[in-house]
Amino acid sequence: MDATKRDQRFSWLLKLPVYLWTLAFVFVALLYVLGLSFLSRGEVIGVGGEWTLDNYARLGDPSYLRVLMQSLRLAVVTTLICAAVGYPFGYLTARLGRTARSVVLLLLIVPFWTNALIRIYGWRILLMSNGPLNNLLLALGSISEPLKLLYTDGAVLLGMVYALVPFMILPAFSTVDKLDFSVVEAARDLGAGPLYAFLTVTVPLTLSGLAAGCVLVFIPSMGLFFLNDLLGGSKTVLAGGLIQQLINSRDLPMASALSVLMLSITGAVIVVYRRLGGTSDMMF
Amino acid sequence: MKRHGAGSLVFLSLVLLFMYLPIFVVVIYSFNDNPSRIPTAFTGWTTQWYAQLFTGRGGYADALWLSLRVALWSVAASCVVGTLGAVGMARKAGRASKLDSVMETGLTLPIMIPEIILGLAFMVVFNALGLRGNDLRLVLAHTTFCIPYVFLNVKSRLVGMDASVFDAARDLGASPARVLRDITLPLISPAIFSGAFLALAMSLDDFVISFFVYGVGEGTLPIKIYSSVKVGVSTQVNALCTLIIAAVFTIAALSRYAGALRRARQRRLNPGPNAVPAAARH
Repeated sequence: MDATKRDQRFSWLLKLPVYLWTLAFVFVALLYVLGLSFLSRGEVIGVGGEWTLDNYARLGDPSYLRVLMQSLRLAVVTTLICAAVGYPFGYLTARLGRTARSVVLLLLIVPFWTNALIRIYGWRILLMSNGPLNNLLLALGSISEPLKLLYTDGAVLLGMVYALVPFMILPAFSTVDKLDFSVVEAARDLGAGPLYAFLTVTVPLTLSGLAAGCVLVFIPSMGLFFLNDLLGGSKTVLAGGLIQQLINSRDLPMASALSVLMLSITGAVIVVYRRLGGTSDMMF
Repeated sequence: MKRHGAGSLVFLSLVLLFMYLPIFVVVIYSFNDNPSRIPTAFTGWTTQWYAQLFTGRGGYADALWLSLRVALWSVAASCVVGTLGAVGMARKAGRASKLDSVMETGLTLPIMIPEIILGLAFMVVFNALGLRGNDLRLVLAHTTFCIPYVFLNVKSRLVGMDASVFDAARDLGASPARVLRDITLPLISPAIFSGAFLALAMSLDDFVISFFVYGVGEGTLPIKIYSSVKVGVSTQVNALCTLIIAAVFTIAALSRYAGALRRARQRRLNPGPNAVPAAARH
């Protein structure tokens, strides 16, 4: 047999498992959700029933629309705050001396790898009406009765930023770390002030890290439903929480329609990111 | 060159403090004598919650065992599928076929899209298939989001490698299977290990997808933690979380230490590419 042919057949053999797996558990599974989103409640794919656009029409209902807008706004605000905190943090860490830098990186690994659930749970204790923070404020005399901190919108925002800021710091750090600082020095030698050089040289050259960080923060921020459960009140429902509620009430077609919408937003974000020159390698 | 003003050090410390504040709180409360579900105050030091945890009465040991079982099976499956796939697709690196790039996008989707969507998708598909076994449901779901970590790690290692090694082996008469076993696999094994490590961490860490895929029962460790803390504060969870944080910290410190040792040894054995031109200049 021809050697090239044999090589080709062999690489097909190697690819086959991952092809089949992806086909079954990614493509078919997501298409199943798409199909489900066109059914009415209580129906099952393949068991008759009419196809309908009702679920998508219902997305326009004021109650759904309000949740969607709320959750998008929260995702955007979270991303902006994470960028404002995470980018400078990543930048400054990359500019530290060797020892200090490895200490900071080690300290970052723990929040990065510890389950978000556990970390958020710590905030839950901290923010309780008789928790440490309120007790401290009472003892200091800055307040006369406990503040309501838990179950507020502020607590949810805090939890989101807290859970996701590591995903901004790491890409920002790695792009700044790879940056050849002689270009910044050249700008300084040519008379640019430190701030001007930072804004016109460093920031544009590390924009890919910032963009990757924004994508990594924005996408999960739409789906973190447990945050709402642990820190938020029942007043604010977010898209992820709404999907969970719909699943609990067995309205799977509506949950699917919402998921399809969320998936489209995710897809749009990734397409924009790729167009701007981002690569998926930056996504870890 | 590396000068930092006091302002930036304060900023770094404040952000780190913000990150560690809730972690400290959990650790301190794990030693709190106060048994109330909503602990009002710190009433004294105790280690009884740890003792309770180890007696296994809270069901946390079963949850941990389920998490470990699922993680091991998923990592093993994703290593085989992901590694073979990456090797198969990297063969003709110059001209990636349309099908290959579609498949690559598809297989990395699970780590790109919000987890809740994947959770819903697995739940409805597994229910439609009548798949009842919790272990099997969890392993299938976890393997799907573990594959990308192994695949991407191995692929980036293969891209950086000199393909002539494989061509030489083929020219000398080795069969494709022999090249894979004797040349490719030994060369990419560090990438498989680091991919497997990431996948293991992701599997043990996963809450959202497992939550939807899991049927009736106590669930994996993250699910169990979630249901214990949703209503209040659990003293055993405080102890458990402290142990998890300690484990994460130990593993992180050890792996950084091992990495530093390895780099130091490499520098000693092999001065590196930068050393040659520097020496030539003198």
